[in-house]
Amino acid sequence: MIGTMALLDKYQPEEFFDEMFEAPHKVRPHYMELFERIQALEPEEFEQRRQAVDASFLRQGITFTVYSDERGTERIFPFDLMPRIIPASEWEFLERGLTQRIIALNKFLHDIYHDQRILKEGLIPKDIVYGAKHFRPEFMNFNVPRDIYIHICGSDLVRDDSGTYYVLEDNGRSPSGVSYLLENRQAMKRAFPNLFDRIRVRPVDHYPEELLNMLKYIAPPSKANPTVVLLTPGIYNSAYFEHSFLARQMGIEIVEGRDLTVQGDRVYMRTTKGLQQVDTIYRRIDDDFLDPEVFRKDSVLGVPGLVRAYRAGNISLANSIGTGVADDKVMYYYVPQMIKFYLGEEPILKNVPTYLGSNESDRKYILENMPKLVVKSANESGGYGMLVGNKATRAELAEFKAKVQADPRNFIAQPILALSRHPSYCDGKFEGRHIDLRPYILYGEKITIVPGGLTRVALRKGSLVVNSSQGGGSKDTWVLSGDH
Amino acid sequence: MLSRVADSLYWMSRYMERAENIARILDVNLQHVLDLPHREAAIIRKLWAPVLRSTGDETEFYKEYKEASSETVIDFLTLNENNHNSIVNCITFCRENARHVREQISDEMWEELNRFYLNLQGLTVKKILKQGADEFFKHIRSGSHLFQGITDATMTHGEGWDFIQVGKYIERADKTTRILDANEEVLQSPARNGDRATATLKLAAILRSCSAHSAYRRVYVAQIEERKVLEFILLNQQFPRSIRFCTHALDISLRKISGATEETYSNDAEKLTGRLHSELSYNGIDDIISHGVSATMDNIQLQLNNIGEAIYRKYMYFETPTTT
Repeated sequence: MIGTMALLDKYQPEEFFDEMFEAPHKVRPHYMELFERIQALEPEEFEQRRQAVDASFLRQGITFTVYSDERGTERIFPFDLMPRIIPASEWEFLERGLTQRIIALNKFLHDIYHDQRILKEGLIPKDIVYGAKHFRPEFMNFNVPRDIYIHICGSDLVRDDSGTYYVLEDNGRSPSGVSYLLENRQAMKRAFPNLFDRIRVRPVDHYPEELLNMLKYIAPPSKANPTVVLLTPGIYNSAYFEHSFLARQMGIEIVEGRDLTVQGDRVYMRTTKGLQQVDTIYRRIDDDFLDPEVFRKDSVLGVPGLVRAYRAGNISLANSIGTGVADDKVMYYYVPQMIKFYLGEEPILKNVPTYLGSNESDRKYILENMPKLVVKSANESGGYGMLVGNKATRAELAEFKAKVQADPRNFIAQPILALSRHPSYCDGKFEGRHIDLRPYILYGEKITIVPGGLTRVALRKGSLVVNSSQGGGSKDTWVLSGDH
Repeated sequence: MLSRVADSLYWMSRYMERAENIARILDVNLQHVLDLPHREAAIIRKLWAPVLRSTGDETEFYKEYKEASSETVIDFLTLNENNHNSIVNCITFCRENARHVREQISDEMWEELNRFYLNLQGLTVKKILKQGADEFFKHIRSGSHLFQGITDATMTHGEGWDFIQVGKYIERADKTTRILDANEEVLQSPARNGDRATATLKLAAILRSCSAHSAYRRVYVAQIEERKVLEFILLNQQFPRSIRFCTHALDISLRKISGATEETYSNDAEKLTGRLHSELSYNGIDDIISHGVSATMDNIQLQLNNIGEAIYRKYMYFETPTTT
């Protein structure tokens, strides 16, 4: 460098586990190549590429909708150009852990909708399952196609200050974000084409193909070439870009509830050539809105009669109805027990230590130690309905205490983890920001996990909340074919 | 193809063509205003009245503005959010429909439309007048042309593309009748000798607003005459903005969608289109002039509306038959 500072010269990992730096100025081996390339860039050059990527996201309409505005303002999901890297051995470990977990969750769902062995043996209190918001007793003893409940799962992983991975939550209803994973890779390839020559990054582009294979696999067995559609709530949904992106990548129709009609327990879509039968629906609509005949009567997003067709075995749904019970943050507490119970194995991935509001001694601990805890409502997502104790005001603490006391079943608490950090480009320089990782697991004929996942980053200084609705952004995630 | 998708492609296309035509109508009238010898408020108001009648809602306009001047009419027809058919609203609805069918159109179409839309954000009348209103209207026309060109060059010419053509030509035919209707006074009766120069200016402006000036010159070498202008814009077989050209293109696209062969029809939309097209093919310009420009335009608009409704009933919303 001739007189100028390189981009990472002043970077300080501070007291956190830093993904890139073992210690100040000491780069972890799997980041070495990237580090050297970034250091060789002029800061202006980096800034130019960053602006070009932002402009191209906006031009392509790769945006999400902000609900607070009635016209549905579109924003780009901030993208941080510094990728996150996972070496092969680490990924192999995560893959094993996630696979074990999705198998156990599916066995659990099968069990509670059939024999309920895990309840009978007293491992999980019965009223916790029956009291879960998304438990669907209407589907007791119903056999879902191929006996798979969660076909698409997004499990959020975090690392603590020692670098240990934990599962933070499992999203078994309709996890979003995979389109950003795919678009981020495209953006990186355009911004830094040469990087990919030198660093052996495993590709992610086959995700839509694997997704379609899975959706065809679960179709009613009589169909040789099943018709698959994606059901969206419509263009005002915050994830509409993703819905249309995935439909385009898979070459399937994207439909809204009003495009479908049920006749004689079969589902058809209205086309310019008349009605055409549909075999599998990749639905991006919650159970509650699927069918006004069975669930919420006021739903205009769903399809009247869809559940009848589903029960008759004429249509398959991904994910199945009733998987939300596994999403419940109270059920999360029991996942390690499920793994032991159904698989006879030790959990490969750890749970974050969790206190249950419904457990008397846990509740006492929660109420007395709230400033040291993250308190979460059992069925909210997107960073809503949670409290980070050390960042909360007195009034907020009091409010959450009252909430926990009023409805203990629906609250859990966890210690505030010092989440790992990653150099991220903020206001013209690199600073450490907290990150998580959401891999996407597909369960069809086999279990497939695209290497990596979506790395979300809390771009606000000091923030631990990575959700896009709360000022989060994302990074490209590179899984290496080797360890360097 | 999904009925809703056909509907969105059709409206996406109609709104783009509508934005372009409103720009054309505004442009020609602004030229008339500039050509006025005396700029009296009453005369200016009279000049804008037919434009407001044919493109928007006159009553709505006077709810919001006291006076019909170039500034207020441009504001109403270009930017006003309460005017459903203002240019900015048309482009917004066009994009909204495109978003509904994002997976059906090409990336290039979407990116161009998105860019066009983003460029129109934060616009004010002041900014439009500063860059020159004619420059701005040219920008809208080019935006539409670019989008239509990209559509032709990058999208599969299948059923979806045909619905885009249907929307484009119905809208173009309709708006062309409105341009002619708004200038009915100029077109209906030959000007007395003294007004010849003014009349020629006005006729030239009408031709330009239909991008027809040089095309007309090539067909009719002589001076610009009311009757010939009308004949050219209504009945020319080769000029892509003439009404007869539009009904012919509409006829072809509708039959491509259904698979009906030439000279036959398989649904109401095709029947009504065929009928309108025959009327235009077998009625000479003298019949039309004797019937009256305004009455003829009303009649064509009515028939186009009926065609639009028939398309809607056939392809976009149909009663679901009960299957056995």
